[in-house]
Amino acid sequence: MNLFTNLYLSLDQTNKTNEKVAAMRDYFRKARPEDAAWALYFLSGNKPRQIVPSRRLRELATELAGIPDWMYEECRNTVGDSAETISLLLSEGGNKNDLPFNELVRDHLLPLRGADEEVQKAVIGKFWTDLDRAGIFVLNKLISGAFRVGVSQKLVMRAIAEEFGLPVDIVALRMMGNWEPTAEFFRTLTDANLEDEAPIARPYPFHLAYPIEDDLSKLGSLKDWQIEWKYDGIRCQVIKREGEVFLWSRGEDLINDSFPEIVAAAEELPDGTVLDGEILPFRHGRILQFQDLQKRLNRKKLTDKLLAKIPVILQTYDILESGTEDIRQKPLASRREVLEEIAGVEGTIRITEPLRSASWEKLDELRDESRSHGVEGFMLKRFDSPYRVGRQRGDWWKWKIDPFTVDAVLIYAQKGSGRRANLFTDYTFAVWNDDKLVTFAKAYSGLTDEEIRRVDRFVRDNTRETFGPVRSVEPVQVFEIAFEGIQRSKRHKSGVAVRFPRIHRWREDKKPEEADSIETIHALLEEYEPEANR
Amino acid sequence: MSSRQELLSLTDSGIYCPPGDFYLDPSKPVDVAVVTHAHSDHAYAGSNKYFVSEKSELLMKMRLGEEAVLETRRYGEEFEINGVIVSFHPAGHVLGSAQIRVEFEGEVWIYTGDFKLTRDPTCEPFEKVECDVLITEATFALPIYRWTPPDELSRQINSWWRSNIDAEKVSVLFAYSLGKSQRILKSVDPSIGPIFTHGAVENLNKAYRESGVHLPETHYVGDIEDKKEFTGGLVIAPPSAAGTSWLRRFGKHSTAFASGWMAVRGARRRRALDRGFVMSDHADWPGLIEAIDASKAKRVLVTHGFVDPLVRWLNESGKEAEPLK
Ligand SMILES: [Zn+2]
Ligand SMILES: [Zn+2]
Repeated sequence: MNLFTNLYLSLDQTNKTNEKVAAMRDYFRKARPEDAAWALYFLSGNKPRQIVPSRRLRELATELAGIPDWMYEECRNTVGDSAETISLLLSEGGNKNDLPFNELVRDHLLPLRGADEEVQKAVIGKFWTDLDRAGIFVLNKLISGAFRVGVSQKLVMRAIAEEFGLPVDIVALRMMGNWEPTAEFFRTLTDANLEDEAPIARPYPFHLAYPIEDDLSKLGSLKDWQIEWKYDGIRCQVIKREGEVFLWSRGEDLINDSFPEIVAAAEELPDGTVLDGEILPFRHGRILQFQDLQKRLNRKKLTDKLLAKIPVILQTYDILESGTEDIRQKPLASRREVLEEIAGVEGTIRITEPLRSASWEKLDELRDESRSHGVEGFMLKRFDSPYRVGRQRGDWWKWKIDPFTVDAVLIYAQKGSGRRANLFTDYTFAVWNDDKLVTFAKAYSGLTDEEIRRVDRFVRDNTRETFGPVRSVEPVQVFEIAFEGIQRSKRHKSGVAVRFPRIHRWREDKKPEEADSIETIHALLEEYEPEANR
Repeated sequence: MSSRQELLSLTDSGIYCPPGDFYLDPSKPVDVAVVTHAHSDHAYAGSNKYFVSEKSELLMKMRLGEEAVLETRRYGEEFEINGVIVSFHPAGHVLGSAQIRVEFEGEVWIYTGDFKLTRDPTCEPFEKVECDVLITEATFALPIYRWTPPDELSRQINSWWRSNIDAEKVSVLFAYSLGKSQRILKSVDPSIGPIFTHGAVENLNKAYRESGVHLPETHYVGDIEDKKEFTGGLVIAPPSAAGTSWLRRFGKHSTAFASGWMAVRGARRRRALDRGFVMSDHADWPGLIEAIDASKAKRVLVTHGFVDPLVRWLNESGKEAEPLK
């Protein structure tokens, strides 16, 4: 596994994209296909379910290191990561084991799941003795189901494409959907000569948009652009080929089981059709909340009651394949004509109606109505744009509404993990309820590194009480918290749950008594909560 | 025990010895200061008189100013301050660093100052001295801190330097200018390429050389006019130079930091460094435990760093220990 460990270290030690690609290329050049397949599996963000619970790993580690639990806790709090803590506590420096990576995973690690505790202890203990520090760290990440490395799927694909002389979109196509980490798969993936015969279930890579960056004036004439509402649902590719239907989410999950009514509607599509669109919870002519959609996704088994309470539709806005022909290179306007022949404006699969506006300014005004339509702004797409691969600038833009914002007071802080293990980076914010502060949201992101250091200092200097890893602080710092959606919640003390909360800015100019109150938040709720949910 | 006055105790100005009326590593100007070593968190200017180890004299002058009144003493040489017997013993931390032994009415205390057990060719090795009460530092007092052996460290730094040369990059290694920088100079293979130093490091190199420590040839960065000369070079600079425009002159370069804190990935990544070398001038966990055991102290007082974990660990191993007060 040394080659893989070294790859992990190289990726960990640089934050430069080119160096990451170079490290992966180097790995894929040297590794045998059966090992490379497993590496690819992990690099792509797949992880087998937890093989051994972290609690068990911890027990084993404290026993072998000869330290009490409290000392382990001290160490883990400082390191911020259990896998790394154990590697620091146990490694003896040497490296006496270099099993082929695929054997390590398949023959040694995966069988540990559910194995006898004594067997787990013997196997893991042996690896901990034989591997060096980096090896133990990577091994622990693999067995605790927490393996993560800072490369995007796109970067992995780029490395494969460059190393094996393939176009990136071919690699993306070949990596879509479920695949088994076998030598056979890796050979197929990297074979430059293979006639690409796509299996019927295989989706196309999604074309994704960036948020708009420039002045609208730079986009040129409004006449060149198709304007659509930007829906807040589940992006979905619907495939109908050879009589079968496949619904793919952007996370490359097959989601047929969660949305049977869309599957049924898609069965009516002509063979050799692939649509791109958004699944939305929709009842009585209104879009419901995104959280409702998640209820559909999270259920193992859908009840009739749930199906009736949260019905869904597919709002489709593009067609990638028609009559078994890949039409992604045709301009959007022509694809739209094809789409209009296939779907109407009613029904479970319905076509998105483009919006019209006399000018960019008028459009901006219309954008303010987004929330009342249950959408989050606009998608702007050039009429002459092809359907591209991945996130691209230029042809497609998303133009989102400004988030909700609330001024709240910092009341708790906790240390981050990984890169920020020693800094207080995870915050809890509160708003006023009469003269008491009630917890309103947690937020982890939005500050600059410099601000994080200053907040960290503030937390250390103004701690009131310590509860394990959490500290309560003097309630004096006000932050503007932005979020995307708001919903009633019995589980939250404030009575509301917000979506994607993050720190918008640090309001050092504000005193804590100037922070918002719970009434303000309930007013937001009244204003924007879809009637259907009240 | 606490009813009686302690021989050494912590005050606002530093560790104080009442019968001798002197301070150890005072952080404010006092009358008589006994100083372990020349790092800025131990040697403060402004006191009337300083007792320092002979080997630290030049460094202390740089730190405390030419006008400071220094009384130098050899390691092991006993001297009296108001009837209290004091002596310096090598601490293995940096050139001239000392543990301070204090004896009064038959009771012996040791204050370790900063120390390490790891071999270091730029200073005298740590001396194990027995005592009744030990005041120890605890900078790295957690069992996760276990240092890379010196030979392995040299190998790592050399190979990083070589691979940067292959990638046509200048190697910039950040290290504390007093002690760590010189230790690195003694650890690397100078045949790999030229070595350059930041002004802060070069000043201290001069003091080390004058104190009799042989260092490989170094070039002060400020003297280099043609940037091409940096090609293939290793630059040693204090951590404060990281992320500054001072680095621009080197063109394409790779950065690394040599510090005990680099043992933890999070600390390494937060600094956006290309590499971290785990190299400390403080004792690691096994080193601390070894030194404490060797002192045969009946009582251990802990200061600076992971104080509570070390105290609790010692208590649970049946030793009397508490935070230094
Ligand atoms: Zn020091
Ligand atoms: Zn110090």
